[in-house]
Amino acid sequence: MAPVTLVAENGQTEPENLDHSPLAIRGMTVSYGQKPVVFSVDATIQEGSMTAIIGPNGAGKSTLLKAALGILRPLSGHVSVFGRPLATQRHRIAYVPQRASVDWDFPTTVLDVVLMGLSRELGLVGWIKGHHKSRAIECLTRVGMEDFADRQIGQLSGGQQQRVFLARALAQGADLYLLDEPFAGVDAATEKAIIAVLKTLKEQGKTVVAVHHDLATVADYFDRVFLLNTRKIAEGTVAEAFTAKTLNAAYGGRLATAQIDQLTLTG
Amino acid sequence: MIWQALTLQLGYNATLVTIGAMLIGIAAGVTGTFLFLRKRALVSDAISHATLPGVGLAFIVMVALGGDGRNLAGLLIGSALTAAAGLACVQWLTLRTRLAEDSAIGAVLSVFFGFGVVLLTVIQTMESGRQAGLDGLLLGSTAGMLLSDAILIAVGGAVTLALTLLWRRPMILVAFDPDFAAASGLNIRLVDFATMALVMAVTVIGLKIVGLILIVALLIIPPVTARFWTDDTAHVWQLSGVVGGLSGFVGAAISASAPDLPTGPIIVLTSFALFTLSLFLAPNRGVMAAILRHVQFQRRVHLRQGLLALAQSQPIFERYTVKLLEREGLARADGVATDSGRARAAKALRDEKRWEVLRALPDQEATAALYDGLREIETVVTRDQLAEIDALIPQPAGVPS
Repeated sequence: MAPVTLVAENGQTEPENLDHSPLAIRGMTVSYGQKPVVFSVDATIQEGSMTAIIGPNGAGKSTLLKAALGILRPLSGHVSVFGRPLATQRHRIAYVPQRASVDWDFPTTVLDVVLMGLSRELGLVGWIKGHHKSRAIECLTRVGMEDFADRQIGQLSGGQQQRVFLARALAQGADLYLLDEPFAGVDAATEKAIIAVLKTLKEQGKTVVAVHHDLATVADYFDRVFLLNTRKIAEGTVAEAFTAKTLNAAYGGRLATAQIDQLTLTG
Repeated sequence: MIWQALTLQLGYNATLVTIGAMLIGIAAGVTGTFLFLRKRALVSDAISHATLPGVGLAFIVMVALGGDGRNLAGLLIGSALTAAAGLACVQWLTLRTRLAEDSAIGAVLSVFFGFGVVLLTVIQTMESGRQAGLDGLLLGSTAGMLLSDAILIAVGGAVTLALTLLWRRPMILVAFDPDFAAASGLNIRLVDFATMALVMAVTVIGLKIVGLILIVALLIIPPVTARFWTDDTAHVWQLSGVVGGLSGFVGAAISASAPDLPTGPIIVLTSFALFTLSLFLAPNRGVMAAILRHVQFQRRVHLRQGLLALAQSQPIFERYTVKLLEREGLARADGVATDSGRARAAKALRDEKRWEVLRALPDQEATAALYDGLREIETVVTRDQLAEIDALIPQPAGVPS
């Protein structure tokens, strides 16, 4: 059984074997100016798991993800991906940023956005050939968006935009999928479609990590939880790490006891 | 005269300038697209103004070394050096201080330009500086273009264009989604640096013909113009190159057709004319299309409201609504419904009731969100769903099936 670590209790994390972890973070601190948003965080993502990164607003969830990917430069910290340095493993990582982080009036089409997922493979001068396009269409089909390939991205609804982002990540053909709030502001049908795709990835042995906001669905969607509030609060299976105690530690008074009881019943 | 200019029959010098201006226009239009997509168009203003001190310094150095101060290659190298320095200042101010990029641009632009003007004034007082004609680089000039200058401009423009096209994919990726680009291993700062370097190259190459004050227009107006016509990235830069090239060609020809017409301003005005045409005439994004859409939308709203009023025997107060109903043969001038008007009105009212039912169904949340008072319910639910809904409402008489 994977060890659960409660930082708040014992003040240190157990040493673990990093060789097989798709994403291992050690001693990560990220600050904006003089204020640390993420402080000395260790995380060990288990291969083939679906992990939810949860925590209150401003807990540093997205920041942790971005720093792990080198999008933000951390103040300190070590990241290894599949036991190797991040820089050598980029091709095994797919990333879905927050939907609101881009300008959807950008002059581009759905298909072109998905093709961006192939940009590592295409390199600087590679021509986009028929088989690249059919792969992109296939990824769109997996998220139910194949009819929208030629649309300008500005004409899409929020849920459709999120599906396109997921299709682009699928096109990357990665082993580790990192998603930043994939369910934020999407309709119920899209949420179902996205979670179905993610569960299929898990069945194929891929690893999925998602920043997640909706505590009510944690137990349904994920098998592991990483609870964060600037520091790591807990990490482990849903049953281990998603408990009244850990939620209280992360959210403090923001969640009523009755709410917590209800949430963790399913866990 | 203008016809002769456009067909390159105004002599050797005018032909060189016209072709050179076209090449600059193409290079600036394509390169500028990536700056525009990155939403950093104004940086080009800082770059171009920061070329002026370089021009002055290069002249002084070349004269001091006993050479010809007007050597174009030398002047362009000098201008590139101070443009790079200006760009570095903007970057440093933005990254390391609390100044926002627009303030940094404003500060750098004016200081460098001021310094350049001082240098030009100094040069005017120099023995060899009187006929230097360096002020021609401010607004561009067609006079005194040498074949070597033209070749320099043509080769420089072609190289810049080729490099821009080579780099287009990473530049697009960074412009659209920098986080994703960084996550897939692209060095954002390097890509941005490349974009800036290309813009700087175009600016420097364009100095002679377009002039440093107005080259910015040639970097920004063509992509903005192209954006009106297309939603496709590749089409934007292609069309932008065409707009830039056309502006350069026509503008330079016009300025060559009459004495003392400055080249840069005429080129910019030409591109502005293309911009204005696009602004009004472009489908979807143009002003006329927007007005047309609004008028049609208003018409649909009034028609719908009128039908609902007829169905419920309410008085219609808006003259426009009555006029529309009358024009469609749905009502008489006094507002009384015709037969077809009554049928359409009954259907409108029934659809409204159908929507009401639909919006109350808990599992139809996503579909119900499509309700806007205008959308036909048949377009959002299937026939069997519609039958289910109809079972819940009393069927009014007089609705055609």
